[in-house]
Amino acid sequence: MAQIRIENVRKDFGAFTAVQSSTFTIEDGEFFMLLGPSGCGKTTTLRMMAGLELPTSGEIFIDGEEVGQKPASQRDIAFVFQMFALYPHMNVGKNISYPLLSQGMPKVQVKKKVAEIAEILGITDILNKPVGGLSGGDRQRVALGRAIVRDPKAFFMDEPLGALDAEFREHMSEELRALHDRMNATTVYVTHDQLEAMQMGDKIVVMNHGVVEQFGVPQDIYDWPATKFVAQFIGSPPMNFLNFNGMVGTGSTEVRMNDISITVPEAREGTHGAITFGIRPEHVRLDDSAPYRGRVVATEYLGTTQIVTLETANGAVKARLSSAERVNVGDQTGLQFDARTISLFDAETGKALKSAANKEVLSNG
Amino acid sequence: MSFSVTEPTKGTKWFAGILVVAYAVITIIPLLWIIATGFKSPSDSIAYPPVVVFEPTLEGYVNLFTDRTRATDDMLEAAGPPQTWYEEIARARGTVISGPSRYGERFLNSVIIGFGSTALCMILGTAAAYAFSRFRVPLKDDLLFFILSTRMMPPIAVAIPIFLIFRNLGLNDTHLGMILLYTAVNLSLSVWLLKGFIDEIPLEYEEAALIDGYTRFQAFYKVVLPQAATGIASTAIFCLIFAWNEYAFAVLLTSGEAQTAPPFIPNIIGVNGKDWPAVAAGATIFLVPVMVFTVLLRKHLLRGITFGAVRK
Repeated sequence: MAQIRIENVRKDFGAFTAVQSSTFTIEDGEFFMLLGPSGCGKTTTLRMMAGLELPTSGEIFIDGEEVGQKPASQRDIAFVFQMFALYPHMNVGKNISYPLLSQGMPKVQVKKKVAEIAEILGITDILNKPVGGLSGGDRQRVALGRAIVRDPKAFFMDEPLGALDAEFREHMSEELRALHDRMNATTVYVTHDQLEAMQMGDKIVVMNHGVVEQFGVPQDIYDWPATKFVAQFIGSPPMNFLNFNGMVGTGSTEVRMNDISITVPEAREGTHGAITFGIRPEHVRLDDSAPYRGRVVATEYLGTTQIVTLETANGAVKARLSSAERVNVGDQTGLQFDARTISLFDAETGKALKSAANKEVLSNG
Repeated sequence: MSFSVTEPTKGTKWFAGILVVAYAVITIIPLLWIIATGFKSPSDSIAYPPVVVFEPTLEGYVNLFTDRTRATDDMLEAAGPPQTWYEEIARARGTVISGPSRYGERFLNSVIIGFGSTALCMILGTAAAYAFSRFRVPLKDDLLFFILSTRMMPPIAVAIPIFLIFRNLGLNDTHLGMILLYTAVNLSLSVWLLKGFIDEIPLEYEEAALIDGYTRFQAFYKVVLPQAATGIASTAIFCLIFAWNEYAFAVLLTSGEAQTAPPFIPNIIGVNGKDWPAVAAGATIFLVPVMVFTVLLRKHLLRGITFGAVRK
C-alpha cells in the first residue's frame, strides 16, 4: 500500500482544459473521495493517477515513485469501472484470476488466491458462471474481486455504485467501506454524490471546472467551506447565502447587514464591497425578537425536521427546524444565526474570508 | 432495460411461418435445380417440359473431371474392356478418357485465392478498423471517406489500368496477384464493417486489461478480438463470397497457372458442345466451400456481441 501525491497536474484535451494544476496528497491507507459535479475533472484526475490518461504536465507519485508518464500496466494499481467492465467472454473465476495470469503466477496458486477472494466477497458459488447473467451487486463484487486479488498499491474506483439501484447502493457502500477497513488499502473513489462522499470518505477533494476547490476531512469541508461552490455543493439543502454590501475589518467580530449588526467569528482578513454571508440551515433559528426579519414562504415536512423557507431583504433563507415548532406560511418573524458557524465570502472571488474559526481548515487546503 | 412484447397469436405465427417457408422455397429452387441438373443425362437436362423425376447418372461429374476423345471402333477395340466405372460411362457415349480435366486445379486455385485474400483482408481490415476506432488518426474522416470511395464505382471500371499494372509488375496470372486484387477490392468493406463492430465494444474492457497488467497489444488480441469475433466472422463471409464468385477480373487476368473456377466452368460448354450436366456439376461442387465456411461461422453470426456484461 502506498501514499499518492499529485503535484501541479494538468490535463488539456486540445483547447479544453479538463484539470488545471491539481495538487494534493493521499495518505497510505486512506479512503479518499474525489467529489464534484459532472465534467469537473475528477474522473480525468483519477484516470491520470491510473495511467489511462497521461497528464499534460505535472507529477504523480505512487509510493514515492514518479509514474506520471508510465503506462497503466506498470503502475500496479487496480481500477473498478463504473460499468464494471467484466470481460464478457470469461466466467467469474477467470475474470478474477485475469490480473494474476498477466504476472505469470502458477495455476495452482492462482486457483487458491481466487478461492480466497471469492470467500471474502461471498461469491464462491458463482465462480463458474458466465458474467452475463449476474445481478448488479454480484457484478460489483466480481469487479472488486478482480481489483483486490493481486494486492495492488492502490484501488481506484470510478463511481462504482453509480450503476446500482438506490436501495442496493447503501448496502454496497457499507460493504465497500468494510472491505477497505479490512484490507487497509489506499483507495481513491470518484463520486458526484456528496452524501456518499461524506459517508464513506476519510478525506475529500472537491473539484469544480478542473480546479481543486477544497481538500480535507468531511467535517471540516462541511463546516468551513473554502469557497461558495463547496458551500453550495455540499449539504442538502445547501448553505444559505445572503448578499450585502458592506465591510469586514480584520479583528472585528460583527458585520452590519442592512444596518443590523450580526455577530460573526473574529475576522482574520478584511474586505469591503460585495460580501456573501453564509449559514447552514441547521444554524438558523426563528426568534420573534431578533432584529433580522423575514417572511415564511414555504415549509417542507421531513419527519423529525422541517425545512422552512423564508424571504429576507438579502435573499431566500432555508432553516432546518424541529417538526415540533409551529410555523405558518405568511408569518413575519426574526432570524437568529448561530454566531460560531457563520462563514463570510468575498462575493466576487467566491473565496471564504479567513476568521478565527476557519483559519486552520483553510490553511490546510 | 424494460420492455414488453406481446406474445404473437397462433394465427400470426402460422402466417409468419408460411411466409418464411415460401421465401425459403423460392430462394432454394434455383439451387436445387442446379444440383439436380448435375445428375441428369444430357437429354434430360434439356428436356421440355423439364423432367423432375429422372434416372440419376454421374455422367456430368465424369465429364467435368475428365478430358475425353471421340473414339473409333478400332480404338475402342484396342483399348480393351473398360477398367473403371467412369470409363464405362465415357465408353457408353463412344468416347475414351484421355486424362483428367483441369477443373481440380482451378478449384484449388479458387480455394487458395479466395481464402488467402479473405485472411489477408481480415488481418489488414481488423488492424485498420481498430486504429480508426481507437486512436486519434489525423484526417480520420477524410481517410474513411476515401476508403469508402473506392467502392463507389464498379471495380471492373479500372480493369484496364489494373491489367497494365499487373503486366508490368509480373502479377498477371499469379496467385499473389489475384489475392492482392481481391484484398484491395474487399478492404474498404471490411474496414467499414469492422470499425462499426469495434466501435460497439466499450473502451473499458481494454482499459481493464491495461490495468490488469497487459500491454496494449495483449489487450487487443485477448480482449478486443474475442468480442469482435461476430463482426470478423460476418465480414469474412462477405469477403469470401465476393472473392469466390468474382468472374470478370478472373477472366481478364488469369488464363493458365492461377485461373479460378468461375472462368473455367463456362469453358466446359465450348469443348464438347453444350454439356449442361457437367456445368451444373461444376457449379454444385463450387458451392460447397462457401456453404461449409458459412455453416462453420454460423454460431458467431447469431451470437450477440457483449452478452450484456456492461450495463447500459
